[in-house]
This record gives sequence, C-alpha cells and structure tokens, in this order.
Amino acid sequence: MSRRATMDGNAAVAHVAYRVNEVCAIFPITPSSPMAELADEWAAAGVPNLWGEVPVVQEMQSEGGAAGAVHGALQSGALTTTFTASQGLLLMLPNMFKIAGELTPTVFHVAARSIGTQALSIFGDHSDVMAVRAAGFALLCACSVQEAHDMALVAEAATLAGRVPVLHFFDGFRTSHEVNTLELLEDGQIRALIDDDLVRAHRARALDPEHPVVRGTAHNPDTFFQARETVNPFYAAMPGHVQAAMDRLGDLTGRRYRLFAYDGPADPDRVVVLMGSGTETARATGRALCARGEKVGVLQVLLYRPFAAEAFLAALPLSVRAVAVLDRTKEPGASGEPLYQDVVSALAEAVATGARAAMPRVVGGRFGLSSKDFTPAMAKSVFDALAGPAPRHGFTVGITDDVTHASLPLDPGFSIEPEDEVRAVFYGLGSDGTVGANKNSVKIIAEDAGRYAQGYFVYDSHKSGAETVSHLRFGPRPIRAPYLIDRANFVACHHWGFVGRHDVLRLAAPGATLLLNSPYGPDQVWDHLPRAMQARICDLRLRLFVIDASRTAQEVGLRGRTNTILQTCFFAIAGVLPRADAIERIKAAIRKTYGGKGEEVVQRNFQAVDGTLARLAEVKVPASVTADWDRPPPVPADAPAFVRNVTAAMLDGRGDEIPVSLMPADGTFPSGTAAYEKRDVAEEVPVWEPAACVQCGQCGFVCPHAVIRAKYYDADRLAGAPEGFRSAPINVRGFPDVAFTLQLYLEDCTGCGLCVEACPAFSATEPGKKAINLALKGDRAMAERPRIAFFEHLPVNDRARVDFANVRGVQFLEPLFAFSGACAGCGETPYLRLLSQLFGDRMMVANATGCSSIYGGNLPVTPWGKNAEGRGPAWSNSLFEDNAEFGLGFRLTADQHLALARRLAQDLAPRVGEALVADLLAAPQRRESEIRAQRARLAELVRRLKGLGADPVARDLLSVVDHLVRRSIWIVGGDGWAYDIGYGGLDHVLASARDVNVLVLDTEVYSNTGGQASKATPLGAIAKFAAAGKRTARKDLALQAIAYGNVYVAQVAMGANPQHTLLAFREAEAYPGPSLILAYSHCIAHGYDLRHGLHQQDLAAACGYWPLFRYNPAMRAAGENPFRLDSPRPTVPLRDYAYNEIRYRALAQTRPDEAASLLAAAAAAIAEKYRAYEEMAGWHAGRFHPDVSAAK
Amino acid sequence: MDLATRYLGLSLRNPLIASASPLTGTLDGLRRLEDAGAAAVVLPSLFEEQIEAQAALLDRLDDLAEGFAEARGFFPAGSLPQAGPDHQLELIAQARATLDIPVIASLNGVTDAGWTRYARLAEQAGAQAIELNVYFPPTAPTVDGVAVEQRHAEVLSAVKRAVQVPVSMKLTPYFTAPGAVIRRLDAAGADGFVLFNRFYQPDIDLLTLRPARRPTLSEPSEIRPGLLWIGALAGTLDGAIAAATGVETADEVVKYLLVGADAVMTTSALLRHGPGHLRLLLEGLVRWGGARGFASVGTLRGRMSRSLGGWPTDSDRGDYISVLHGYAAAVP
Repeated sequence: MSRRATMDGNAAVAHVAYRVNEVCAIFPITPSSPMAELADEWAAAGVPNLWGEVPVVQEMQSEGGAAGAVHGALQSGALTTTFTASQGLLLMLPNMFKIAGELTPTVFHVAARSIGTQALSIFGDHSDVMAVRAAGFALLCACSVQEAHDMALVAEAATLAGRVPVLHFFDGFRTSHEVNTLELLEDGQIRALIDDDLVRAHRARALDPEHPVVRGTAHNPDTFFQARETVNPFYAAMPGHVQAAMDRLGDLTGRRYRLFAYDGPADPDRVVVLMGSGTETARATGRALCARGEKVGVLQVLLYRPFAAEAFLAALPLSVRAVAVLDRTKEPGASGEPLYQDVVSALAEAVATGARAAMPRVVGGRFGLSSKDFTPAMAKSVFDALAGPAPRHGFTVGITDDVTHASLPLDPGFSIEPEDEVRAVFYGLGSDGTVGANKNSVKIIAEDAGRYAQGYFVYDSHKSGAETVSHLRFGPRPIRAPYLIDRANFVACHHWGFVGRHDVLRLAAPGATLLLNSPYGPDQVWDHLPRAMQARICDLRLRLFVIDASRTAQEVGLRGRTNTILQTCFFAIAGVLPRADAIERIKAAIRKTYGGKGEEVVQRNFQAVDGTLARLAEVKVPASVTADWDRPPPVPADAPAFVRNVTAAMLDGRGDEIPVSLMPADGTFPSGTAAYEKRDVAEEVPVWEPAACVQCGQCGFVCPHAVIRAKYYDADRLAGAPEGFRSAPINVRGFPDVAFTLQLYLEDCTGCGLCVEACPAFSATEPGKKAINLALKGDRAMAERPRIAFFEHLPVNDRARVDFANVRGVQFLEPLFAFSGACAGCGETPYLRLLSQLFGDRMMVANATGCSSIYGGNLPVTPWGKNAEGRGPAWSNSLFEDNAEFGLGFRLTADQHLALARRLAQDLAPRVGEALVADLLAAPQRRESEIRAQRARLAELVRRLKGLGADPVARDLLSVVDHLVRRSIWIVGGDGWAYDIGYGGLDHVLASARDVNVLVLDTEVYSNTGGQASKATPLGAIAKFAAAGKRTARKDLALQAIAYGNVYVAQVAMGANPQHTLLAFREAEAYPGPSLILAYSHCIAHGYDLRHGLHQQDLAAACGYWPLFRYNPAMRAAGENPFRLDSPRPTVPLRDYAYNEIRYRALAQTRPDEAASLLAAAAAAIAEKYRAYEEMAGWHAGRFHPDVSAAK
Repeated sequence: MDLATRYLGLSLRNPLIASASPLTGTLDGLRRLEDAGAAAVVLPSLFEEQIEAQAALLDRLDDLAEGFAEARGFFPAGSLPQAGPDHQLELIAQARATLDIPVIASLNGVTDAGWTRYARLAEQAGAQAIELNVYFPPTAPTVDGVAVEQRHAEVLSAVKRAVQVPVSMKLTPYFTAPGAVIRRLDAAGADGFVLFNRFYQPDIDLLTLRPARRPTLSEPSEIRPGLLWIGALAGTLDGAIAAATGVETADEVVKYLLVGADAVMTTSALLRHGPGHLRLLLEGLVRWGGARGFASVGTLRGRMSRSLGGWPTDSDRGDYISVLHGYAAAVP
C-alpha cells in the first residue's frame, strides 16, 4: 500500500534514488543540491537501501569529478547514481558519453536548469538536458512531484533492463522545489520493480581481476565506426523497457504512464506537444478549452530519448491539423528547438513512407526559460495561435518580444482556477519563518484524505532582508497547477514595511481577503495605507483584517517571530479547516517544529496562538479613497534612463513586463545600480557620535555594505549643511579649518553591528557608549536623505593625498563596491569593498560563481560601481570552475595590448611628442600620485591622437591606449572554487608567473549552496557532507603556493588585524607576479550571531588556527627571508575559539567524545602547523626556493 | 583514618566533592576525577538562559533554512544539537553508567517552570541529588531582602515537589542573617546546603568603561565566611553541609571539617593543578588527622563548631573587638 505524503520534488526523487543505489557521488549545485543532501543525511543516519546496506555518499571536487567517480563505481559493479543540474551536467558530459558508450546502467537525476549564457540563472528550463542529448543517455522527463517520484523508479528499472543509462529530469524549482501531495511508493513496491537478476548481471559485467577484461581501449579508423554501431539494438529496445517498467508501476500503484501521453478528445484539430511541468498547465488549459467546445489536445513527452517515433505517431491522433511543439530551451541558429525537430522528422518520415496520410502544420515555440511562469493564459495563446491560418514557427510565449515580434499575444483575463480552491499568497521576509510556517500549513491541510495542497516559494536574490512570496493552493482535488497564483483569494502581508514599498495587492482577486500585520489597529490602519492600495481595496471589494502580530509576539516572549501568529490568522480567516481543528493542528505542528527547542518555546508559541484570535480584527473598509499620498516610485526620477526603465521595473516586481528591446543583447549591464535600491531592511542602524570619535576608520573598514563613508573638507562648507548633519574638526594637527564627517547610509544598512564591534573609541563620559552605536531606526532613514545628498555634494577626497598605508587613510577612498545584497554581517564583502577602494578605478575582477557572484552580480542591481570620473571595477563572472583561467585571460590580453600600445606609441612618437611618449612608457605607477600623473599624460596622448584624425595607427593606439595605465587584475572567489572545483586552474595560474592577484574569500564551506564541506572545511567542524565532523584537516593552500617560490602569498583576517590585511592587499597588488590572498571570512554557515564575526576572526588568529602571514618573493630577491609570520604564538586554546560556533559546538553536544578527540587532533595539528610556520619564519633566505621567474 | 562521610543521604568514601567545572563536563574528566579520589561529582550547571539562547540561535538557523533559493539551511539535518538540555542529561546518564561515585546535577534556573522541568529531567536521567544554584543577585534596588529570601524558598519548594531525590541549595553569604535564612530553608525541606557560592562580581575595564568579566579562581583567604557560618550552623540543621570556595590545600579541607562541614567541595584547585590534586588533598587530610590521632572524619568533624563549644564562640563581638585591638596595637 502506498501512503500520502507531502514533500517537494527533490525529496520525492531522492527517496527512490537512495533506495535503489549503492553509491552516490555528488557535488552541490542549485537546484539539485537537496537530493544530494538528503542522500547524505540518510546515509549519516544509517538508513538502508533496498538490500539492507547503507549507500556510500561521496562528495567530489566538481561535477566532473562526480561523473568520474560514478563511472568508476559503475565499472566496478555498484549501482550508482548522481544528482546535478545546469553547468554541473555539462561537466559530466565527457563521462556520460563513456558511460553510455559502454552500455552501463545508471540513472542521473537532474533538476533541469538554465545554462549560463548572457547571464547565469539558477532557475529551471531544459537547456542543460538538451545540451547533453547527444551523449547516448535515455532522457526521461517528469512533469510533477508525483511523476518525478515514479519516474525515478521507472528509470532505474529500465536502465537495468536495457543497459542504456537514463537521465531522469524534472523542472528545476517548479518541480524540484514545489511542495505537493503525493502517493509515496512503499519499499515493497520499489523492490518489486527492481529485478535482482539484472543487478547481478550488472555486477557480473564489472571489472574484476578474477576474470579480467579490458575496457576503454583506443580504436583506429578501421573499427571505431562499426563498434559505435553495435549499440543500436539496445537503443531500439530501450523504449520498450521504459514502457514495461511504467506498466509494472501502473499495475502496482494504479498510476498509468505512457512514453507519450495524449490528453484530449479523440479527434482534435490542434495539439500541443511538450515536456515537463508545463504539460500540467497545457493539459488543464486544453480541457478548459474543450469544455468550451474547442477540439484541442496535449501530448506529453515522457521519454524523449531514444525518441520512439512509432509510439509518438500512435499517440498523436490522425485528425490533428496543427501541432505546436513547445521547447523549454533555446538553440540559437537552429531550424527549430530539439523537440520540434524530432516531432517534425517523425511526422515527415511517416508521411513520406505512407504511414500517415498528411502532414499537419507543425510549428515550434519557446516557453518558460529560467522558470518564466507558464500560465493557462500562455497555453491558451498557443492553442489560439494554432487556430489561425498561418501559425508562426519559432514563436515565444510569456514575454513581450518587440524586436523580432515572435511572441504570442496573451489574454490576461483568461483563468481556469477552480472556484472551490483556496489560493493564498503570503509576503514575508526570508528570515521570519513565513516559508516554514507555510510549509507546515501545506502539511497540516494535506493530512486529510479529502484535501490536497500545493506550496511554491519565490525568493528574491538578496541574502539579507530577502523577501519571499509563498504561493499556496488548497483544494478538494490533487492540485496540478505548476504556475504562480495571479488571482489570490487570500493575501497576507507579514511586514508592514511592504505596504509602502510594494504593490502587495497585485495578485489579489475580487472579493479576496487581505491580512495585514499592522502596528495600527482596525480604526487607524486605513489612514496609513497608500492611495493606490486604498483604491484597489475598494475596487476589488476586499475584506481587510489586521493584527499587530509583532506586538503579540513580543508579549509572549517571541520577539520577531510572528509566523505562528499569522499562520493562525490565515486558518481563522480563510476557513480551509474548522477553526478549532486548525488550531489543534497548528499546535501539533508547533510541538513537532519547536519541541527540540524546549518546552518554554513550545508554550510561548501556544500562548501566541491562543492570544491571536482576540487580537485579530476586521476593518470596516470605507467606501472611498481618503489617502493623499502614494507609494513612491522605486527609483528617483533623476536616475539614469536604464535604471528608470529597466531596473525600476525589476525592483517593483514587474520584471516580467520588460520587453526584449529594453534588455541588453549581450549581457552587459551598467555598474553601480545598487545605489538606487533603497531596501531599508534594518531595524537598528548606527548612530555616529562625533565627540567620541577618533576618526580611525575602523568602522568603515569592516562595513560589509559600505554604508559608512568618511570625508574631510573645508569647514566653511558646513555653512550650507542641512539640519542634523554631523561633523567634527579633523583629528589631525595642522588642519585647523578642516572638518570630518562620517556619513551613514541608513537605508542601505543591514544593522549588522560590525561597525560597533570594531569601534575602539569609548565615550569618556557615557559608560559603555562608543563613537558609533546601534539604535532603533524609526523614521531616521528619511531624515538622513538630505544629509546624504549634502555629503555626496562635498568633494571626494583626492586619492593622491590620502595615505593608503593605514586603515585611517583608507576611509577617505571612495568604495566602488557598495550596497550589495550580501548577508547582514557578511565576512566576505568588507574585503571586496577594500579592494575597490584601493584599486577600483583600474581593476578588473574575474569572479567565480558563488556567494560573491550572486551578491556581486545578481539582478536587479549591481553593487560594483564607478566614481565621478566614470572609472570603476570591470567585473565579470564566467563559471564556477574556470575562474582562475578566466582572470588569467584578462592578464594575457592586458599584457598583449600593453605591448601593442607601447609599440604603437613609439611608432607615433614623432607625431605626438617624443617627450610625452617617453614619459608615458617610462613612468612608474606604484603610487597613487604616479597613477594620477600617468592618467594626465594619457589624457594628453589621447587628445593628440584624436588630432591625427583617421590615421589608422592612431586609431589602433586609441583602441588599446587604456592599458598604459597599470591594470590591476583580481581573481576572486570562495573556497569551494579555490580549493575544489577550480583548484587545477588556480594552480596552473599561480604557476604562470603572470601578474594576477587571487583573493580567496574563505568561509571554509560552499556558502552559497548552503554550507557543504569543501577542502577548506576545518577538522572537527560539521558541514553538509561532513555531518559527523570533518575528519581531515583543511588543505594548506598557502603552503602549496609558497612552494612555487615566486607566488606572493598572504593569509589575512580583517577582524584579527585590519592593518595587516591592508598591507597584504597592497603588497600583493604591487608584486609583479602571481599573488594569492586567503581571507578569513566569517559566515552564517558557521552558526553564530555574525555581530561577533570580528571577534571570532581575532580568536581564530589568537588560537593559532588562522595564523597571519605573508610570503613575499620580492624579499627573497633582496636576500631576506620572504616568510613573515605576523601573528603571535597561540594565546588562547582552540576550544575558546571553536566552541563559540555551532559548526564545532554541535558535535560537542551530540557526540561529545568524538568531538573531544577531534578537537584534540585539531589542536595538535594547529600546534604542529604553527611550529612549522615558525620554523620557516626563522630560516635564512637561502633556504627558500629562489624566484626563477625573475625574467618578468 | 576512616574518611567515609555522608552528604545528602549519600555515602561518600571521603569528604571531597569535585564541584561543577569544565572538568566535570566530560565523561573523560569525570573518570579522571573519580580515579583521583573524588567522592562525588557535581556536573556543570544547567543554565536555563543558556538553553533558551541556544534555542533562539537554532530558531534563527531554522529560519535561514527557509530564506534562500539556493540553500536548504546551512547545516546537515539532524546534526544540530537540540536546544533542550539533552546533552547535559546524556552526560548525567553516562556518568551514572560509568562512575561508582554519586552524581549530583546542578541547576541554575530563571523561571519556576524552568527549575522544576529541568530538575525532573535531571532526576529522570539518573542524578542522585540536585543542587540548586540560586543565582539571584537583587541588583534592582526595589527588591528587598524579604523578597529575595522568599524567592529562595519558592524555588526550593517547587523543586522539592517535583523530584524525589535529595535537593541541596548552593547559597551566597550575602544575606542580612544567613543563619536564619538557612534555617528557614532547612525547615522548608532542603536536604543540604553548599556554603558558599561566589556571586559574579564584575570589575571595570577602565579603557572601555565596560564590566570586565574575567572569572577568577578562588583563593584560600576566601574560606572565612564559610568557616564562620558553617561553624555557627553545624549541628543545628537537619540538612547536610558542604563547604565550598577557597580550597587549595589540605589545610582548608581540615578547617572546613573542623567547623562542621559534612563534605568539602573544590574546583579552583583542580582547575589549577588538575584532578590529581585530589590525591594531595586526601593525603594531607590523612596526614593531619593521623598525626593528631583522629581515627575518622566523623571524629574530626565539627570539633570547632559552635554547637560543640568550638569556634566561633558566643562571644563573637568580643572576638571582633580583640581582633581590632590587636590590629591597632600592631600599627607602628
């Protein structure tokens, strides 16, 4: 017997995959990571597979590595799987050809995702799967959570029978992350589909020295072709094996599947063919249209490869006159997308051979790229297009293409949502528990046999203050609506701040209910709503309820945790369940969720629930609009056109409406647009106390979001200062008329408090008060705007006059990396901000995929900015694995074009001035003043070159002349990149002797995908894929680089010694060869309040875990010891550092003895490592590898 | 010399108890203490707020698990500790299973519900007695002495109602009339007293104008309040008395026993010198007692308590005056 369960697609697939395999080789990648994580968690918990064994789950260094391990495990006879997506699948491609070529049964489970092209996207489409369709894997596509669960098993059964490996895929996010009700396969059912004889046969084919064979030979032209054709019978038989497995599953469960599933009348005139989650939408739409008398059908492709043309033709009714094939991918330059081509060729062949009398009109179209929603209105537009006399081929649906005009028109009023369904949307913050409570609600409601529920959660791309929109459907039938709700009959706004910033009623249906978490009661709230919102409430005749959930939470001791209160309100108002029943179930869910956190927490939540109903009040909605103010536009009216036309629409939640013509054709976006996004997410923000301030610059130095800016200026300028503008006489002797201001950008601040922790200045009179302190923001943010405007009007301090050599001086350098969406208290971004201050106006950044590429380049806005002269970091992200090579490419071009520029300048010297050229080519460019002088010379050269008119040599020189200003190349990424997936490339680049600078933002885990272990993860810490504590010490990347002899290497921790960090950055940049900086970056994945991040950094150095050092080959060349150990011998025990963090403490509490021995081992390793460093610091220069690349 | 004694109804092989410290926080540490001669161990205090703080952190981590499109939390599911006192309870259970000496749990609560809940859990985990570490510095000037004393009595009564095992009170000397308070708690059913606890007494960091929170280990000079009040109370209470604070050498052990302590607790000396220091304390006690012909701890105990006519005497003020006079006479 199967049983009902509620889970997402990833869990549904992993449930099966885990049970039918012996080995899982994995690497994290969105959106497939949860499958690997679940497998790892189950293995750690000792959950057995079908045969009673616990599968081995092995994390690899990359997907390429995972595929290699899969290949090897398969060749050795184990049932083996992996989980991946997108670029990960591409990295597996070479092995996939091998695995398929050797007829090796396996299933790869893929949460299908976009491939990075003009941009990276984590969201779902079929471009990854289609890119590997030539590998020889069978491609089996599921369209829903239930189907993905079932196809995972069908795939395994079929691959064992047919020996063709299967790529089982389903739509990333839309299916992988949708929570839905499903019938879970019992182990007995799974067992019944797996034939042990086939498992034994697989083992019998394994490489085995007891009966050796050779596989993986190299062929010559005489045999390769024939050998390649030997597999044909297997591919011919494979559809039969898949169908047989589907049939067996159907017999066991009653859920019947076909290779091609047609849904519609027997005699349709129009049919849409497609794969994946869109099928559900198209089917439901087709049925709705049929109910109106149309004759339309939908043909779902489950098995795409091998393409079983006969089965396809059998499934496609003969009556069909027009066919639209929808591909969720794009193949630029092709005559059509892949599925279209298969359909056309199958039909053409059938017509040509006489198997089919006539060729229907077949058109292909694209939909749903990168999880673009595919709605019933869009499906209808496809059916409608087919009804026309000349349906267009190569159409798109779901966007407005005003360039090639390929997009189909939409009927926005079309809806097929059933009347008896509850559709609810909830606006929350990523950190407020809204999503968790909604997942609980889905489970609560789907507990009953007669009720079904679906949950889908939309996140924005920020890591701090991220907003979430939960889309929940509840109804009496299974919910097959894989698209966002656009007619909600319940809207909940869990944060009052959204009311003034977003159109929270955009998705509300007429007559819907609106729940506001409001500080204003039922009698006051109306007067605090913006005009457009009032109008919409009136127009749609909404019911309005309010509760001060924040205060209710506070009263019961659940400060900030409003989720159970608002969940109770939902159940009370929406009427999905009887109230008393709902409350009982909420309480049961609370006990389950919070039971582990103590009875007090449970009781407080119970109190919150009990106190909710009395505080929930309906508002008597006035008949007309009364407000005289409205929601401000998302960006100011004087913002650049692109920001107003494009960025603003994205910020306003209207990105779907942006037409093709407004999007850059090649992925090029303007810099610094984060300055226009005033997110205003912090409850507490800093207050500067000029009287206590020593103007040291420490606060701005550690600020992750660059919201603390310093300037000095003539005190006379204060005459025009707005009220409340703070300043102090500059704290430097000899400048009596100079004022200093620390300006705080409160709307961009996340309230992390690192500035306060870093501040060394205490008020002489007010105990405990510093020169910068956090205080509740209230309405101070708006009041600060004129002060910021005034501050920005003050001249930027002259870089040539600022002392770069100390932290105090750096505060006067303009940050060109600011206001990113990084986590509050992020440990990485202060290093990037510092880079941008020091070298930003002449730097190029190659950024590995990961946290830093997301907060660094995820739309809607970009934090990498430019200065008033228009100069700033030129930033790009290529991939995860190739970043070092990508950055080296920057250098190769820079070197080549610099050489070209120098040669051309010399050639043109007689015409543009010998002296100018001589100066330009000989100028030193180490100091900022020298750079400035060079820029002046360059400007003069450009002026003279332009005077030469159309001279081709002059024009050539103009095209490369920028390189005459020394370019600073930075290769930036996390430890997952540097230590694992990109290590080979990094090693090669460090060995290249080229002048590149590598900055590793070392959080010691894969932070962006959720804390998976990397080779930087320390001994004894837990991480995903190291649940029992990592058993090996972190790789000493620094020592490996030092071994080259000519690589500048530094290990820094800003919180331990900011001056040392600054010194290392400047030395690395000045060193004319490769440089590597390992920067300790505290992270939420370490498990503590990041406000203490700097202190933890300090402790990391103080306990010897993270010694600070620099290895400067230039010192070696000067006859000195190049290795400087810059932090003292350990002064605190490791545990005093480690046990402040959950990643270490968890193990101490769950497995104390193991933790104690791991901690002891870690302490011993640290002591030994420190001893080795100390010894090295005492060597004479001659003991170090000489820098043999001195030719540079 | 027979070192056996009784405390909280438990038979101890000698009077030395290792009180709560990091040493009693691991099974290995507990084993070392037992091997070195500890007659009983008090496990580290279970702090209600600490549990609550951990719950808040875990809540936050849970929320993070739902806040990002790309991350399903930041720690492997099932790897995080429960916010409840599970690991402390586990230690109690392991200690009971491993050690032959009695295991005493220590609680430091805030709310009534917290005190009783954790006391019950500690008992269920196997604790043979419970020590209530009532840390209630009444720094709010509106809280008067009566309220403070009342709070102590309430906590005791609540816990006594919740558990069957003996319950002791670890107290501070900072009552107006410590003797009366202790007698009142004795009457309310306390099975024993630990005299005395040291309040957290902050220093000031003159650079930052913030409290300096570095804990300090106790010194032998700190035994005097204990000597005074144990001497004054020994023999007058139903409950047992354990002396605490200032034990560095066998001398302090002997002094505490002489004024009437049933057992003597030590932490600072063990943190300074390691668990093996217990052997030196015991050897010193045996040497001292043997040299003076005491056959057992029982014969030595209370020899200088007031009830046996020892020290302090009824003429306490007289003693005080003579001390002051003596001091004045010594001033050159």
